[in-house]
Amino acid sequence: MGAATRWVRRGGLSTLLMSLPLLLTFGYFAWFPIGRAIVMSFQKTNLVADPTWVGLDNFTFVLGDPRFWTSVRNTTYFTVLALLFGYPVPLALAVLMSELRRAKGLFSMLAYLPVVVPPVVAVLLWRVFYDASSTGVFNTMLGWLGLGPYPWIQSRSWAMPSLVLQATWANAGTTVIIYLAALSGLPADLYDAAEVDGAGVWRKIWHVTLPQLRGILLITLIVQVIATFQVFTEPYLMTDGGPQNSTTTILLQIYNYAFRFGNYGAATALSVLLALFLAVLSAVYFRVTRSWSTT
Amino acid sequence: MRSTRTGVGVVTALAVALGLLAACGDDDEKSDGNGDAAITISVSNLPPETEAGARDAFLQRVDEFEAANPDINVEPDEWEWEASTFAAQLAGGTLPTTFEFPFTDGHALIERGQLADITTEVEGLPYAADFNPSVIKVVQDDAGAIYGVPSAAYGMGLHYNRAMFEQAGLDPDDPPTTWDEVRQDAKAIADATGQAGYAELSQDNTGGWVLTTLTYALGGRMEDGSGDNVTATVNNPETKKALEMLKAMRWEDNSMGANFLFDWGGINQAFAAGQIGMYISGSDVYNSLVTENNITADDYGLTVLPLEGSDSGVLGGGTIVGVNPNVSDEERAAAVKWIDHFYMSKLTDKTAALADAEALAESDAPLGTPTLPIFDEQRLAESDAWVADLVNVPLEQMMSFKNSILDQELVAEPPVMAQELYAELDTVVQAVLTDRNADIDALLETANDNVESLLDAN
Repeated sequence: MGAATRWVRRGGLSTLLMSLPLLLTFGYFAWFPIGRAIVMSFQKTNLVADPTWVGLDNFTFVLGDPRFWTSVRNTTYFTVLALLFGYPVPLALAVLMSELRRAKGLFSMLAYLPVVVPPVVAVLLWRVFYDASSTGVFNTMLGWLGLGPYPWIQSRSWAMPSLVLQATWANAGTTVIIYLAALSGLPADLYDAAEVDGAGVWRKIWHVTLPQLRGILLITLIVQVIATFQVFTEPYLMTDGGPQNSTTTILLQIYNYAFRFGNYGAATALSVLLALFLAVLSAVYFRVTRSWSTT
Repeated sequence: MRSTRTGVGVVTALAVALGLLAACGDDDEKSDGNGDAAITISVSNLPPETEAGARDAFLQRVDEFEAANPDINVEPDEWEWEASTFAAQLAGGTLPTTFEFPFTDGHALIERGQLADITTEVEGLPYAADFNPSVIKVVQDDAGAIYGVPSAAYGMGLHYNRAMFEQAGLDPDDPPTTWDEVRQDAKAIADATGQAGYAELSQDNTGGWVLTTLTYALGGRMEDGSGDNVTATVNNPETKKALEMLKAMRWEDNSMGANFLFDWGGINQAFAAGQIGMYISGSDVYNSLVTENNITADDYGLTVLPLEGSDSGVLGGGTIVGVNPNVSDEERAAAVKWIDHFYMSKLTDKTAALADAEALAESDAPLGTPTLPIFDEQRLAESDAWVADLVNVPLEQMMSFKNSILDQELVAEPPVMAQELYAELDTVVQAVLTDRNADIDALLETANDNVESLLDAN
């Protein structure tokens, strides 16, 4: 019996054929476009005539565009702000909620509800809330407390924090649910032992909960960094990058290249640069944090 | 037993895989209504089923066309212009054979080679030599080749809310005729109503579009030269003057409200909701204010932009019908026949004009908003007269525009990289409106350098 026959007998062929739909789907809809994008980043094309090879021209163009560094700065700013607000908030919420004795389901639902609202609807709704006149929704509410009116998205310095506030509201729910699931899996005897040793709530959180969650915390951190580096919906719909490019992010810049200016080479070149950066960042991150991880 | 199971597994897997492959395959065979028609073209802007009257009228024009041209089969498509999906549809082969798009994208599409050259076909039309020269220019390249047919044209105008004028003690039948008056009226409206007396588009390249309009109205230009020798002149004195006016209205008069990030749809919405006293946009925007924003007709007013300075003019816009560059010679010829039949006959033929107007009026679609001549003034007056009885827009409230627009010189958009230039100017407009200390000279200097480097790279 030859090796090939043995491979077939052992189910090698049917395994391959079974996974073929998956491979084809991924290949056609994910890997092929990625490959095409990489090729296109070295070309000039109008999508009608045959493309011409331009070497690294697209990359030099993108790196020389004054908006490149603006968008890098803005994206980094968004990511840092989103980490400052968006990373601890779900954790705190999840820990608080896990301490609840009743109505836990109700609070989980309330935390998750914003995630269910379609992002476009949520962003446009917040855009209305952010009306900068004194009759705007937020300004009216803050006015009752004698605060404001604030300019929200109409000011360079306020626009980005306003976007982060909305994004945190919209996305915290998913992370809360992940933390809640992880928390429910923590062994109760650790808490019992801590209690026997005289630990209060804060010491239990600091010495038991957080160390036990660190595997999950490390994953959600890098996932959040990768997601926030690709922020698009909020600046696109809420401010279109304004005022004065203060919220133009890398992805919005890619969109502008491709769909406003028809420069597909520059758009794919910037996409490739972003993907490379995130890949390197992830690799470094996992290497640095390897010793802290629980897995 | 085991081998049977393996066999079943292999067969199932193969079936699924083949099914998927089939699903990924090209869908080249299109249904053919007539069966024996030699050529099939798809045409854009079929009204949706919610506008039954207009849709029926469209389909009737299709039937007429097919009866007159038995060798051509027409597939109407609800496709509407969307800059962000256009290129993908062109590359993916789902773009209709003929499609409508705005003037403002004309030159970019021509430069990128994304439109079919239809010079021969258009020159064969009986009215080819009669086009308004400043209008036909928007579909021509430097060599004079024609890449589309302009089917409707408008000039930029000043739209105002008559009710807010009255609230501010102003006469709505006597709208401002100088920029100083615009400023005074804006302040009066803001003081009386607490709303924005004047608002400015600023997002999605519209900020640059309206700043260019203001610049033209004051006699300036954004680009100089032609062909490969175009240079940016964004830092011209007229643009500076326009921005200084905006700055004074925003920071001295406080007459521009509290929101300064407006895109085209957003400003229309705010205007129709009575939050804006005056704003600048294309003269045809009333159509959208009716169908999209349900505006109160009695409150609407339209006048021409004040022109000041020796070389001043009004920025023009409109609709172009283009042809997909990926089609055969026969399909291209059929496409221009369709354009002639559907778009142009209502400008040149009374029966077609009446049929079109009746369908619009029946479905309560706005009819009679002032336009600019595609050919000459006489022809426009003639075609307006054919349908005068069916007009359903408050034309008397638009008369100060209609009476004067033909006396204003029409200036085309910046010829090279207009969208990139507009995007750059969005930033400048936003800076002036959101930063009290904005340095207009420095902003214009930077914008000019940036546009210049884009022009060089081009």
